[in-house]
Amino acid sequence: MSVTELRPRTPAETALVSLAEATGSGEDARRAAIEALRREGLPHRRIEAWHYTDLRNLMGRRLGKDQAIEALAAKEAGEAETVLSPLVAGSTVVDLDAPERASAPEGATIVAGDELADWHESPNHLDRPVDTVRLVNAAFGARAATLAVAAKTELAAPIELRSGIGAQSHSAVRVSVGDGSKATFVERVEGGGSPAPSSAVSHLSIGDGAEVLWVIDQTKGEAAAHLGQLNVSVGADATFKLFLLNAGGQLVRQEVHAVTRGEGSEIVMRGVNLLEKDQHVDVTTTLRHTHPNTTATETFRNVLMGGHGVFQGMIKVAREAQKTDAKMACNTLLLSEDGDFSAKPELEIFADDVQCGHGATAGEINQDHLFYLMSRGIPAAQAKALLVKAFVDEMVEELEIDEALGEALTAKIDAWLEKSH
Amino acid sequence: MLEIKNLHARVADEGTEILKGVDLTVKDGEVAAIMGPNGSGKSTLSYILAGRDDYEVTEGDILYNGESILEMDPAERAASGVFLAFQYPLEIPGVATMTFLKTAMNAQRKARGEAELMTPEFMRRVKASAAELKIDAEMLKRPLNVGFSGGEKKRAEILQMALLEPKLCVMDETDSGLDIDALKIVADGVNALRGPERSFLVITHYQRLLDYIVPDTVHVLYKGRIIKSGDKDLALQLENEGYGQIIGEAA
Ligand SMILES: Nc1ncnc2c1ncn2[C@@H]1O[C@H](COP(=O)(O)OP(=O)(O)OP(=O)(O)O)[C@@H](O)[C@H]1O
Ligand SMILES: [Mg+2]
Repeated sequence: MSVTELRPRTPAETALVSLAEATGSGEDARRAAIEALRREGLPHRRIEAWHYTDLRNLMGRRLGKDQAIEALAAKEAGEAETVLSPLVAGSTVVDLDAPERASAPEGATIVAGDELADWHESPNHLDRPVDTVRLVNAAFGARAATLAVAAKTELAAPIELRSGIGAQSHSAVRVSVGDGSKATFVERVEGGGSPAPSSAVSHLSIGDGAEVLWVIDQTKGEAAAHLGQLNVSVGADATFKLFLLNAGGQLVRQEVHAVTRGEGSEIVMRGVNLLEKDQHVDVTTTLRHTHPNTTATETFRNVLMGGHGVFQGMIKVAREAQKTDAKMACNTLLLSEDGDFSAKPELEIFADDVQCGHGATAGEINQDHLFYLMSRGIPAAQAKALLVKAFVDEMVEELEIDEALGEALTAKIDAWLEKSH
Repeated sequence: MLEIKNLHARVADEGTEILKGVDLTVKDGEVAAIMGPNGSGKSTLSYILAGRDDYEVTEGDILYNGESILEMDPAERAASGVFLAFQYPLEIPGVATMTFLKTAMNAQRKARGEAELMTPEFMRRVKASAAELKIDAEMLKRPLNVGFSGGEKKRAEILQMALLEPKLCVMDETDSGLDIDALKIVADGVNALRGPERSFLVITHYQRLLDYIVPDTVHVLYKGRIIKSGDKDLALQLENEGYGQIIGEAA
């Protein structure tokens, strides 16, 4: 008998397991996941991958003592589905809770499935032998729909994936984009919150020479908790672009795990984390370069009015991945003394002919810049807002994406900046 | 227009006194040149006029149109008509030049109770001023001053000055970094702005600029004080003799 089995469950862990049991259908299929969740519990800060996001403790504050499971479950059932217009007009909207009702755009197919996320191993080697995000996702019964874009196809409009809408939704999807194709996916993570987390697990396989932009637009309500994971494999000479926006949620962990599957692949990741008082937002990424001549640039910009932000970025370069060019940066603008940010960039390099680097900065608004703007008559508050906006808008600009989508993302950022100033 | 009276100022966080009793009056419509050796306090004076809070005024006053501006922040001073063309204009990544110009113009208009400029009128003004200063419109599509050459930055400062139509223009070594043609373009731009209701404080090391922008008065700042004032001939004298003689006389 292992030590973990002896450890008494915390009230939060017990509540989460009971809630999983009380939620959804297909009890038998997810039995193993529920048992594993019961056995493994939630990770805590002594698990390296969760060091800055002690989920056991943080969930404990949400699912405190004696949470009535009926009440939690009822809350979920009672939550009306939010009606959302797509981020970009003309997008194909796919509701991952009902993929069978979605109609795929030309060149793509969508098939509902019954596969649960595989939680038996984690894509993050610093994590436990089980993968927490997938485990929660599977225990709550999220079944992966399959979305396939044929080879040599350019989708005319983005496909918008609705996941995590409603208090407590759990979704999963497997997306494949054929060789030489071009597609954009927008993952909307919205909706109010219950004490228990919503979760979303996505797998994206990008064919050789294909180009995919994946946007995660997380603007959950201020009481919500969310665990997200995007797993990407990037084919030879393919391009994977990511834009991650975190502008909501009380407790959020978004993981992105990317691996190259051939030479010449390019990864471009940009993200903006906007935090207010009482929020805990964690972005954890791993990039594995396993083939020669691949490039990656990864930059996250964070604006804190309060709260606690976390960035953990790992770049791993395998022995055979010569000529890897990988850069990672995490820059934080602290606008309040109440906010703090933990950044942990890491490089693990086994090849000898590579260019890799990382940097993390944290600071306040540049006073020289502020003076320059004010000396032209722009009042202090407006000048600060302009500088903050510039700091994060650059992330959208650097992606060089479709104008309408870029504008939609900047508008989201603006909405947050206006609300929190 | 401007009366600087016995101005003493020091670096706010470490206390070094830089201005040690500056007295200077600039009349409406006057072009006053300020010269002086490196490190004498010229840029510091210009920053203090613009309201930079890295410096602390410990004694004396600055009257602008008869009223003290010491309590006004930089934006309020700018809206009331004070403009500083920086010796080293700053690059501000992520802030589009056009957005910046429009925000600044409209912020000043708002502060003065004037109606906002609509985009077509704004564009028209920018294009006209940019053309006069021979500034490439492509350059204005970039973030503010980012990647501009030294001379381009200086021209961009004058563009801002032309658009904001200030009453008191403080120009800190606008000539440095400009090629001969650009110097002439910038000087023409400045001369076009000269008028009975606009005054200039032109900081420079070289007579060459003053050949184009002919000053009404010339002042020598040395170790934080004006040690000599005169007319345009004073600049010529400095050009020939250097500062040694004047510094000697003042000591
Ligand atoms: N923020 C500061 N902290 C410390 N010293 C300062 C600061 N600002 C100015 N000084 C010092 O004050 C003196 C005057 O500087 P200032 O830049 O005003 O000179 P200047 O006359 O403009 O010189 P230049 O002709 O080289 O431009 C210099 O010795 C400078 O080092
Ligand atoms: Mg100077």
